[in-house]
Amino acid sequence: MSVIRPDLLPFSISRRTLLFAPLALPLVAFAADYPTVRAGVPLRFPRDHGAHPAFRTEWWYLTGWLRDDAGHESGVQITFFRHRPGLQEANPSRFAPTQLLFAHVALADAVRGRLLHDQRAARAGFDLARAGEATTDVHIGDWSLVLAGTRYRARIDAREFQLDLVFDGVEPPLLQGDRGYSRKGPNPEQASYYYSRPQLRVTGSVTSNGAAVPVQGRAWLDHEWSSEYLASNAAGWDWVGLNFDDGGALMAFRMRDQAGGLVWAGGTRRDAAGNITTLAATDVRFEPLRWWRSPRSGATWPVAMRIRAGGLDLEVQPLMNDQELDSRASVGTIYWEGAVRILVAGGDAGRGYLELTGYLRPMKL
Amino acid sequence: MQLCRPDPLGARQFPGRVAISVLAIALGVALGFAVQIINASAVGEMAQAARVLSGDADLTLRGAREGFDESLYPLVARWPAVAAISPALEVEARVAGRDEALTIVGVDLFRAGQLQPGLLAEGVDAFDLLREDTVLLSPAAMAWLGIGRGDLLRVQVGLALRSLRVAGALAGEAARGRRGLMDIGAAQWVFDRPGRITRLDLRLVPGTDVDAFAAALRLPPGIATERPQAAGAASARMTRAYRVNLDVLALVALFTGGLLVFSTQALSVARRRAQIALLRVTGFTRRQILLLMLWEGLVLGIAGAILGLLGGAGIAAIGLRVFGGDLGAGFFRGTIPALQVSATTALTFGGLGVVAALLGSLGPALEAARAAPALALKSGDDARAFGALGAAWPGASLLAVGAVLTQLPPLGGLPIAGYFAIAAMLLGTILLLPRFTAILLAILPSPPGSLTTLVLTRLRAYPAQAAVSLAAIVAAVSLMVSMAIMVASFRDSLATWLEAILPADLYLRSAVAGDSGFIGPDDQARIHAGKGIARVEFLRWQQLLIDPAQPRVTLLARDGVAIDPERRLMLIGDVVRSRDATPEVWISEPAAAILHLTPGATLDLPLGGTAKRFHVAGVWRDYARQNGAVLIDRSVYAAATGDRRANDAGLWLAPDADRAAVKAALRAIAGEGIELAEPGDIRALSLRIFDRTFAVTYALEVAAVLIGLVGLSSAIGGQVLARRREFGVLRHLGITRRQIGAMLALEGLAVSAVGLTVGSALGLVMSLVLIHVVNRQSFHLGMELHIPVLPLASFALAMLALGTLTAAIGGRRAMTGDVVRAVREDW
Repeated sequence: MSVIRPDLLPFSISRRTLLFAPLALPLVAFAADYPTVRAGVPLRFPRDHGAHPAFRTEWWYLTGWLRDDAGHESGVQITFFRHRPGLQEANPSRFAPTQLLFAHVALADAVRGRLLHDQRAARAGFDLARAGEATTDVHIGDWSLVLAGTRYRARIDAREFQLDLVFDGVEPPLLQGDRGYSRKGPNPEQASYYYSRPQLRVTGSVTSNGAAVPVQGRAWLDHEWSSEYLASNAAGWDWVGLNFDDGGALMAFRMRDQAGGLVWAGGTRRDAAGNITTLAATDVRFEPLRWWRSPRSGATWPVAMRIRAGGLDLEVQPLMNDQELDSRASVGTIYWEGAVRILVAGGDAGRGYLELTGYLRPMKL
Repeated sequence: MQLCRPDPLGARQFPGRVAISVLAIALGVALGFAVQIINASAVGEMAQAARVLSGDADLTLRGAREGFDESLYPLVARWPAVAAISPALEVEARVAGRDEALTIVGVDLFRAGQLQPGLLAEGVDAFDLLREDTVLLSPAAMAWLGIGRGDLLRVQVGLALRSLRVAGALAGEAARGRRGLMDIGAAQWVFDRPGRITRLDLRLVPGTDVDAFAAALRLPPGIATERPQAAGAASARMTRAYRVNLDVLALVALFTGGLLVFSTQALSVARRRAQIALLRVTGFTRRQILLLMLWEGLVLGIAGAILGLLGGAGIAAIGLRVFGGDLGAGFFRGTIPALQVSATTALTFGGLGVVAALLGSLGPALEAARAAPALALKSGDDARAFGALGAAWPGASLLAVGAVLTQLPPLGGLPIAGYFAIAAMLLGTILLLPRFTAILLAILPSPPGSLTTLVLTRLRAYPAQAAVSLAAIVAAVSLMVSMAIMVASFRDSLATWLEAILPADLYLRSAVAGDSGFIGPDDQARIHAGKGIARVEFLRWQQLLIDPAQPRVTLLARDGVAIDPERRLMLIGDVVRSRDATPEVWISEPAAAILHLTPGATLDLPLGGTAKRFHVAGVWRDYARQNGAVLIDRSVYAAATGDRRANDAGLWLAPDADRAAVKAALRAIAGEGIELAEPGDIRALSLRIFDRTFAVTYALEVAAVLIGLVGLSSAIGGQVLARRREFGVLRHLGITRRQIGAMLALEGLAVSAVGLTVGSALGLVMSLVLIHVVNRQSFHLGMELHIPVLPLASFALAMLALGTLTAAIGGRRAMTGDVVRAVREDW
């Protein structure tokens, strides 16, 4: 099989896959001079909502729950990636692939029982694909994510559906790690600049089969950029971004090695009152509650988890089991990215997204 | 007597003749079939090559060979109807150390993949291809260059060499043919084509009216839209005239085959006259006799058709390997087409072969059926069958029709009327052959001697019978003579033209092949300043799209075009110089015909993204660029486009210059990539290429003549057999075997002389039609008549000798039986 289909390029698989790119692709030119992520560099907005083209990788990652007027719920994931491959940087051609952009969209509908998804890939240039630096302003053809004031607008024309959604974030950005410096491994350079926008209010429409359905809901945005990242022994990870009904939010992740042992972990908790707690590696626990075996891939996924982090003890339960994305045919990876409900002491406490990788076999890129 | 089972086809009686008839039919079928297969394969290959990039595109935008400005790409991409768009930069890269170019296509893989998935072979890292120095090669290109993954491909850019690393193989559609693929940004950089792309492939939103969209785009001048499905049609159009020419040759071969069947059957009928009469007496109806005779023709035709189809497929397979998809005409470069055989084509040409054989046997069959049995049973009636001279008007009117047809214009760009004129003339001449024969025999001098008198008297008494043996030889000779005159005229005109257009002492070409080489302004200055060089004229060439329905026209931009155009350009017709500031353009003869322009007209050339107006000052003869060429001054070109590069240079040396030293100095300036040639070398090479192009024609001529000769021989041999009783009588009268042999040789000589005379005369007329009608209408080429006297004379002598020899040999074989006893067959 050939792998040139841009919709199957490795970068659009999941956020952290991109971080493996330098390891997987020895071709990255050493001539490219990537800035190092350091602690103590204050993030400034709206500038830091925009792109940081000097860094190797960057993404804007939206996950959220939508509800139509009939009360029917679905999950949505919209992602824009930027990558600087460090190639042809001296080339004056407007086609020089110095900045690459990727986008991925997935819609989870329990009635349908499977994910609808689509992807885009392009080199930045000619204003046909771009990532603006002044604020969030990413375009790949007619797919776009643009921030104006407090409102992000995403317009996506996918194969099987169209999205026109506004994500309104009245709360200030939630800086992850040490004021936006988020470590990912034992080495201090293995880090990113990372902030989140929890509790985004969603309004807009989802069009499928020609009919536009008005929706509303809550979403989460991650914006993260980095040049160097992961410990090489990381084999997979678990991540959640959760919006609580009381207005609070939790981001938690853990990196696993091939034996399933912990490589790194972390998180940030903002409570309903706005108090922010940065979670150390030891403060985050993921414990599988229920495994779902994919009939297609045979992989088993811990689709329901017990998570203890920053004094919280909660369960996440999936909107539906089958939120698996299988790209083994093209790039040999398979992952699970799904809408989840939050249960605290057995009661409905909110909505969020869970990302699982490395459960069929170690991520080998 | 085998009444119920008459010797089928007389195969046992005349095995040679039957075999030759079958072979002649087979040749015609084979030729037509092979031409069709080769062309279908080549066109299929071209269409496939177009699909390699466009995939499932609905529309392709293309312009000059050198491309157009990339700013068009975002403008087109923003149209709402555009679902996917893929820009490409195609470069004919001259490979270091090779005389051929490799097509390297620069693409944006993210976009190309939307139209054409599966470009990369397994194990190829897509991101490796984003590097500035990597290239993917098709397996055919790897095999051709003898390199593989990880090796370096060295290509010429300007006058320098650049190395590209082979990152892997292409897969899918792109794997066929010789091709390289690289990143479009890298291609612009490496090949020094900043801001240029050569094509845009579009897929439109489903339901879009493609033609309406194409019209709404309002593209800049020199850029046109094309449906990718039409790419094959465009290449088919490119070779159509050449192909039709070959098809006509195939039809002529079939016609010759039909004539052979006719002569075989006619003589066979004459020989079996008594047998057939006996059949009639024993109850066979006329209809049954007719069917029996036609059945024989049908068997001949089917045998020939099957043999021809097999042979044609074989010829095509070999031809594709040896000559390539264009039969040596140079249309398709670097393509190795796969054989494409269609059942329809096979049925068409096989069917034509059968029809030719049936038509050939129809006349003799009718004659056999018509004969009154009682009369036919009597001896001495053999000659009567073809003894009567037919009316003259059908042949004469055919000749007249032929003359009128030569005056008609081309049909759909093809000299259809011209071909029909030739056919009418050939047919008319053959119908009139008995008369021509009678006239020519009448004016033949009668040398003293009873033997010659006897021969001539007999021939004069039965001109129609002689004509039967002559039809095939006349057709063959006329074909051969007309082709020989046409080719000689073309070659002679080409040689004269080559003298005129190469006035410089030395020619420098930036690259042997491809369009990746060029001479930059700095190198031009250094060449100018070179020691021993008195004058330099630089030439820049391009391929412009002037009429989207036509292939690209070559633009030649040369220094000092206005200097002495009359002498330098081999002008044809009037010259109308520009009287205002409008710059002049000199257009080639094919360009004048294709663009319908005459001196004094204006021509808008798409230069630098706009249409620049030129004044057509004159038309010049050009044999090099069949799709037309236009010549302007290089300063005008540079001002319009900003392009100051050159491809070639003509150099005049200082009077005392040392040629070898100048060449060495030029190599030192311009590197080893350049080609230096003296006018004599170029002339010799051009004529070699010409000869290769006409290789197929030469081969056909030889085949036609062989068929004609064998036809003549077997016809004479057959006649001798039929006239055994006549010889028996002569022997009774005391004439020796030797004398009869001499008599037959004389007959052969006389018949051959008549055939040669008529065939040559017809051939001369046909050559005029070929030169002034067919060539002009097909290829827009004018040429001066040049008759290759010596070759034709030698050919005539050889034919006479062979005809005489054939008759003598045929006669000897006939005399081996007991001729004296043959008289007793008269019962």
